[in-house]
Amino acid sequence: MLCDICGKNPATVHLTEIIDEQMNELHLCEDCARNKSAAMEQQFGLSDLLAGMADFEKPSSKEEEVVTVKCPSCGLTYADFKKIGRLGCGDCYNTFRKYLAPLLKRIHGSNQHIGKNPAKIKTSARVYKKKSGLPELKNQLQKAISEEAFEEAARLRDQIKELEAKQEKES
Amino acid sequence: MQINDLINHTSEWLKGTGPNSDVVISSRIRLARNLNKFPFPHWASKPQLNAVLDKTSQAMEKVDALKSSTLFVLASLDSIDKQLLVERHLMSIEHTQKTEQKAVLINDEENISVMINEEDHLRIQLMQSGFNLFEAWEIINGIDDALAKLLDYAYLDDFGYLTACPTNTGTGMRGSVMLHLPALVMSRQIERVLAAIAKLSFTTRGLYGEGTQASGNFFQISNQVSLGHSENEIIENINGLIRQIIEQETQAREIMLAKSKEILEDRVGRSLGILKSARIITSQETIELLSMVRLGSDLGMIKDIDRRTINELFIITQPAHLQKLENVKLSSDQRDLKRAELIRKKLNLL
Repeated sequence: MLCDICGKNPATVHLTEIIDEQMNELHLCEDCARNKSAAMEQQFGLSDLLAGMADFEKPSSKEEEVVTVKCPSCGLTYADFKKIGRLGCGDCYNTFRKYLAPLLKRIHGSNQHIGKNPAKIKTSARVYKKKSGLPELKNQLQKAISEEAFEEAARLRDQIKELEAKQEKES
Repeated sequence: MQINDLINHTSEWLKGTGPNSDVVISSRIRLARNLNKFPFPHWASKPQLNAVLDKTSQAMEKVDALKSSTLFVLASLDSIDKQLLVERHLMSIEHTQKTEQKAVLINDEENISVMINEEDHLRIQLMQSGFNLFEAWEIINGIDDALAKLLDYAYLDDFGYLTACPTNTGTGMRGSVMLHLPALVMSRQIERVLAAIAKLSFTTRGLYGEGTQASGNFFQISNQVSLGHSENEIIENINGLIRQIIEQETQAREIMLAKSKEILEDRVGRSLGILKSARIITSQETIELLSMVRLGSDLGMIKDIDRRTINELFIITQPAHLQKLENVKLSSDQRDLKRAELIRKKLNLL
């Protein structure tokens, strides 16, 4: 099989690209593959992709404001973030909260963390003694279900599951 | 520990043991963590990066699980040493670039590594042999707990652990499983499997992680979503998917054995024959042939070569390993000669 790009050398590298759930097979020689992967990195770097998404979130009427908001801790502007696809420091998340909350939701399908929490580790002894309110959480879950607040209910269910698993482990 | 010591050592994850190790090479979990009040590495000044390096390395010295480990400062390593660490999956390709103020901590068993000042201040990684994400999580969770008591992590109640790139925010966790799927590739079912994986918002990558293409029959599958699910849920989701893929690969192997055993035996035998006799061999061809030999060993067609030997060959035939073993810089052509020689020696000795 000859290379799909140059058509001269034998294809030794087989790439599968997935773009918008569309699979695309490419058979390339080593040289063309090397060029292709360099080009792909330039074209479709994750930072660009993110920057594109951030752009999408931008409310058009407030364009000026969005671009000039600056993180007081590290000096990164939202325009910088759009360009490089990386935030400057932890405080940026509070500074750009308004724009990041929908962006995170778009990326992850959620913007509510329910995993581990470092503050709880630091004070773990105290938290566990109180049994950290498992009955209370179950009450809240019942309430959420009866109110058909399913997102909240799912969050509570997971919290309860995790807590129960933790307690089981400890006992 | 010195870099040179690594070469004669078998990493924990290469042992070829653990659950489902006929299909699953290794399970890996990494956590991204950053220090509060310090800019992320790409946005930080040199003094800030130095402070992060000092703070994190001092904290790690106090963690029991990291007691017998070595901190390598990247700027003091030559390019072959750095590449060697990438080939052993102890750090990313990105970590070999712009190395100032970067470091990597590696434990003696080589199953834990912590990259300092990569994309995030800390990238803690744990690798296990076989299909073993929960065990990996338990160990890495303990290390993370110990570090959380010593370091002030950047964290918000609603967004979770804060990372340079918002794709890692939340748990900061990526779980990956390295799979060997020769039967799905040979029976041309792999496209369908990969398409399904992409739809379920998991990522498939090659042998060396981010930015590398799947090569030969090896596929690294990991979660894309890190926010909105607990760590246990994320692992459970990956496990569910991996279990299905293992089942499909196993079925495909059984069907091939039932319908075309001779063809399979022929391919396995030819692959082993070439490896045992070749005088010049590229690393790409080596990976493809070793993949067939591994399949033959897993199916009991090859009895005298165990998984560990095959796994080791995958690693030591890589460019930096060859050059380190020979202790000279080798051109690509010279490497192909030396590679063939090394493989012949290893396989004919058995």
